[in-house]
Amino acid sequence: MKQRDHLVGYLFVAPQLIGSVVFVFVPLGLVVWYSLHEWNVLADSFSFVGTENYAALVDDPRLPGVLRATGLFSVGLVVVNLGLALLLAVLLNQRLRGTIVFRTLFFSPVVVSLVAWTIVWGFLLQDDGGINGLLRLTGIDGPNWLRGDGTAMGAVVLVQVFKNVGLNMVLFLAALQGVPAQLYEAATIDGAGAWTRFRRITLPMISPTVLLTSIITVVGSLQVFAQIAVLTQGGPGTSTTVLVYYLYQQAFQFHHFGYGSALSVLLFAIVLVLTLVQWRMRRRWVLDET
Amino acid sequence: MRLRMVAVAAAASLLALTACGGGDAEDGPATLRMTIWSSSPDHLALLNGIADEYRKSHPDVTAITFDSLPLENYTTTLTTQLAGGNAPDLAWVLESSAPDFVRSGALVPLEDTLRAASDYDYDDLQPSTTKLWTADDHLYAYPFSTSPFGVFVNTDLVKKAGQRTPAELIKAGTWTWDAAFALGSAVQSKAGKAGLVVRDFDYKTWDNLATVWGGWGAEAWSADGKTCGFDKPEMVAAMTALHEAIFTAKALPGPGTAPDFFAGDAAMTITQISRASLLKDQTFGWDLVPLPAGPAGEYSVIGQAGIGVLKKSAHVDAATDFLAFLTDPANSTKLARFFPPPRKSQLNTETLAAGNPLLEPEQLQAVVIDGIDSGTVKPSHVGSAEIGQQVRSALDPLWKPGADVRAVLGSVCAAIAPLLKQ
Repeated sequence: MKQRDHLVGYLFVAPQLIGSVVFVFVPLGLVVWYSLHEWNVLADSFSFVGTENYAALVDDPRLPGVLRATGLFSVGLVVVNLGLALLLAVLLNQRLRGTIVFRTLFFSPVVVSLVAWTIVWGFLLQDDGGINGLLRLTGIDGPNWLRGDGTAMGAVVLVQVFKNVGLNMVLFLAALQGVPAQLYEAATIDGAGAWTRFRRITLPMISPTVLLTSIITVVGSLQVFAQIAVLTQGGPGTSTTVLVYYLYQQAFQFHHFGYGSALSVLLFAIVLVLTLVQWRMRRRWVLDET
Repeated sequence: MRLRMVAVAAAASLLALTACGGGDAEDGPATLRMTIWSSSPDHLALLNGIADEYRKSHPDVTAITFDSLPLENYTTTLTTQLAGGNAPDLAWVLESSAPDFVRSGALVPLEDTLRAASDYDYDDLQPSTTKLWTADDHLYAYPFSTSPFGVFVNTDLVKKAGQRTPAELIKAGTWTWDAAFALGSAVQSKAGKAGLVVRDFDYKTWDNLATVWGGWGAEAWSADGKTCGFDKPEMVAAMTALHEAIFTAKALPGPGTAPDFFAGDAAMTITQISRASLLKDQTFGWDLVPLPAGPAGEYSVIGQAGIGVLKKSAHVDAATDFLAFLTDPANSTKLARFFPPPRKSQLNTETLAAGNPLLEPEQLQAVVIDGIDSGTVKPSHVGSAEIGQQVRSALDPLWKPGADVRAVLGSVCAAIAPLLKQ
């Protein structure tokens, strides 16, 4: 009887399990396997090279720049996205007229196709595009956003922030509305000002959501690809060549599938470590986590 | 237990991946697939027509499909198909990746089948067109399109700016890069439209600039592919002139703008003659002229494309046989309508004019026939994608006012020298 129960249980999880095995675990294992090989697709050669591809990671003169660009993008995105999302959520949590309209407006980019969104922004950010046109009306000569060393990364970050800030905003809004009003009342009676109430009540109460959004945003920021491919192709120079774009170049454009696989293992390790660190740190600052 | 299952599944899929290329049974009905980068209905209709005709006499080939892949990612998509065990039987190959394909062993040698085909007349192929596709005396792809670059001119815009047309300049013997830049600059300031556009360059696809620096006798790298040419005096002179034309004279639109000649937004564009079809319904007056002469004299540049048979194809013989049919003299005449043929007997104004009704015989003679005869092919190299990417990012600092041309070009060589030596 017990065995039968087990079988039924396995059958229930089977569709999900098979999906995960076929589409997640097998490819994951294969990438590690490929990373130990030199695989030339054109010549159809596939030879074991041990850890040579990992040794190449250390010697790759381009990798430090790529990691720097990746870090810059992630930090920029996380800071601006979470900051803006929280600000918008607090503003739109007021009982004022029109907040629903604004909530909808800020959320709508989330449901727009990523590539379509990025292509339109590409047009707007052109030298003679819409943004510089607007700036010209105010007498400012705007930079060539996507081709300037300093502006390209900022432009890519902002395009991505506006795309997804609505999602974090909605999560924050939901969390804010879950904060009991009595806490604020009690604090006000005790003489706490608006800032103190925000710091001492709001932030701790929504800290689980802050953890969730920061993990999602950090992981998402490390996987940025379409925006780079559409807007800058990694340029100018290599200033926006982030890790995922670089591994795509190595594997699919330069035909170094082995080295590209080693780069994806590196990406996997970075995401894993960052997520573990965030998860460990939650005990320090997330409410009710001990 | 589960771990072991995962390992077995992984091994099985790896086996499946590598086994697909193993060349299955040659006999039995074959279906052929050819990857191409054109999705033009006219091109497809022509190819499908030839394929249908072939299948009439070859009932063993049950289907021939043409798989259009976007040009921007063409080689990437093709190699991904190869990596995924889904190799096409035949493939168009771009000139930039020709050395990669020709030397890697991905393609099968063609000359024996082509020579043996009836009425093929293999020796009619012009050697200058097969050079890029040949290694160790084997032909690995048929040069089905050898298309020279020329300058399309919007004569209405030129006249609006009160300038002499390139045709008039040619007659006067002064069609030079200086004149072309001056003309572009005049159109920009007087007619308010872009002057000269190097089509598809867009400050990224730098190999299209070969159509400019050829005038100075410059080259990206030496003929043997070992020595970088970007820091040579000819290249510095060519790029200095180009930089000045873009940022001082405004003869070419700067980075981050995309005027389209075929929409009437520019006075001149450098591109291949196959683009003439875009002018079918054009309302403005236009002309096609050869590239201007530079300090190094007259020159021409050609873009090439080949068709090869993939070694990984399950039907190598059928695919090679179809290729022989597709490119025999009769079908080559049909293809000439869109793709200038590599056959000496067909490189004449009559054959080309039949397929290019929009172009005058003089234009065809000056740009196409003379161009193929004397042209240098756009840069290509083993590992071209990686070299191309390095050049592109090293050239980026050049595309702003006040750039130090010599220093930037030096950095290009520093970036690609190790790759050229490989």
